[in-house]
Amino acid sequence: MTQLVLYNVFNGLIIGAFYALMALGLSLILNLSGVINFAHGGFLAIGAYLAYALMPWVGFWGALLLAPVLAGLIGVAVERVLIRPLYGRDPLYSLLLTFGLAYIIEDGTRYIWGPQTLPFSVPAWLQTPLSSAFFFLTGYRLFMVLLVVAAVTGLFLILTRTRLGMRIRAGAQDLETVSVLGVNVRILRSLNFAIGIYLAGLAGVLAAGMLGLQPTIGSALIMPSFVAIIVGGLGSLPGTLLGGLLIGVASGLTGVFFPSASEAVIYAVMALVLLFRPRGLLGEEGRFL
Amino acid sequence: MTVAGRRAIDVLVWALLLTMPWWIPYLGGYTALGSRVVVMALAAMSLNFLLGFTGVLSFGQAAYFGLGAYGAGLTIKYLVPSTPLGMLVGVLAGTLASAIIGALIVRLRGVYFAMATIAFGQVFYFIAYRWNAVTGGDDGLSGWRRVPIDLGVTKVDILGNDLAFYFMVLVCFAVAVAVMAALLRSPFGRSLVAIRENERRAGFLGIPVDFHIWLSFVLSGLFASLAGTLYALLNNFADPHDLHWSQSGEFVIMAVLGGMRSFWGPLLGAGIFVLLEDYVSTRTENWMSFIGLFFVLVVLFFPRGLLGLIRRRAAR
Repeated sequence: MTQLVLYNVFNGLIIGAFYALMALGLSLILNLSGVINFAHGGFLAIGAYLAYALMPWVGFWGALLLAPVLAGLIGVAVERVLIRPLYGRDPLYSLLLTFGLAYIIEDGTRYIWGPQTLPFSVPAWLQTPLSSAFFFLTGYRLFMVLLVVAAVTGLFLILTRTRLGMRIRAGAQDLETVSVLGVNVRILRSLNFAIGIYLAGLAGVLAAGMLGLQPTIGSALIMPSFVAIIVGGLGSLPGTLLGGLLIGVASGLTGVFFPSASEAVIYAVMALVLLFRPRGLLGEEGRFL
Repeated sequence: MTVAGRRAIDVLVWALLLTMPWWIPYLGGYTALGSRVVVMALAAMSLNFLLGFTGVLSFGQAAYFGLGAYGAGLTIKYLVPSTPLGMLVGVLAGTLASAIIGALIVRLRGVYFAMATIAFGQVFYFIAYRWNAVTGGDDGLSGWRRVPIDLGVTKVDILGNDLAFYFMVLVCFAVAVAVMAALLRSPFGRSLVAIRENERRAGFLGIPVDFHIWLSFVLSGLFASLAGTLYALLNNFADPHDLHWSQSGEFVIMAVLGGMRSFWGPLLGAGIFVLLEDYVSTRTENWMSFIGLFFVLVVLFFPRGLLGLIRRRAAR
């Protein structure tokens, strides 16, 4: 029993780490540009399928390195052409546009690679369990956790230690002032968008290694990322991280006792948070209320 | 627009709706597709109550629509084989859910409100999807049919006669739309528009803003669930997709395409969307790409909607 609970908590943490990676990217874009990027799941799928396509040429490690970057570049192209005209307008429009993009990307991946689940092989030495007592602790799962930790650490280092990161954080507070101080807001938004999509692409490659590839891989992960952001508190990136891990573990634990409710439980968590702390766990007071 | 002009448009709309079963074949449709247009229009108009007239971005309308559908279907399948009772249960279920969820999110604003409505919309989807034994899970709720309505004097055969069902849907639509129009003309409706235009000012004028938004949310849920019950009756089936966020998105695009700021806009949008979807999905497997492209084009080229565009032309 203990082992079962441990297994599910650990599994929940991994799922939560996915949610957090997705949600951090969504949050970055939302905070700076006010765009709810519904196509975020689509970009995750793009990252995953690009890795699949690149693997025969550059191997797993090359794909892991290249695919998220390429996804980020595609993201910037989309941002420049389609999303930029919508800045400053009612958020409804960017939401609808990215919603349409999500449809196109899902259908496009299905058209190119087919509707069936494709296998995504990770190096064999990563697949072996680390110990027989904790059979679930395969090297790949541990590796994913480490990689997510590294990515999140990297993100927070960029945000707190570099000039770009400080501008992004300042822009999230007051974009107009940042612009007046001589920062090129257009480029700032593009770079910020690229970072967000990079994270989605990375999550995609990792998810592909665990779940295999499916055209719906992105749309299955987008809703929990929204929940993660709301639970953590809009405007707070550490909150988003916390929210993602929390709902991941909640979902994993529910899976032990009442498997059919493992998806619905995260919405119950969200309802509780909104009831007792409407601004979210780490959200700033008065910003969105 | 002048009062006379508005009257003329109302007359035109009703004339078109009353004769739809006879002209829709020329657009490649059939009577049941006409019923679908009216049902979707009711759902899109219920959403527009929030989107266009209260000015809050709600993106989870499918939850209440789908609850209406499942409420009606489950009642007729398991409890009583009665169409009106099924509709009543469906509407009650959807309205109750919108009252509870509305109370949870009414303090949120802007994108935060939008995200919370999207996310909450998914709860019921997962319940319908996972509770196989009762809801039929992914396959949807089948094995039941709408029941002819017994009016005492005469029986209306809405099951066998598509035309009779169309007019039943149209009667429900007419009642709902009349109530909506009356609400929008009332002091309550004016307060909603005041909140849309300037929430802070409305608050200073003594309008209880949160309560008004909540009430608007509940009314919107009520009309959406009514549309949902009709939709389930139309198909003799309730589909988990009725509850999915993609359905919510389709309602929003209908409202935007027709014109959010006009009363009849969502009706026009629903008509175009339903006909287009029917046309595309029978001709290509890649209908998702076409619908997605349609979303993108509407946002880029018709953000004010078709009626907004026409009105602008007329004002020039």
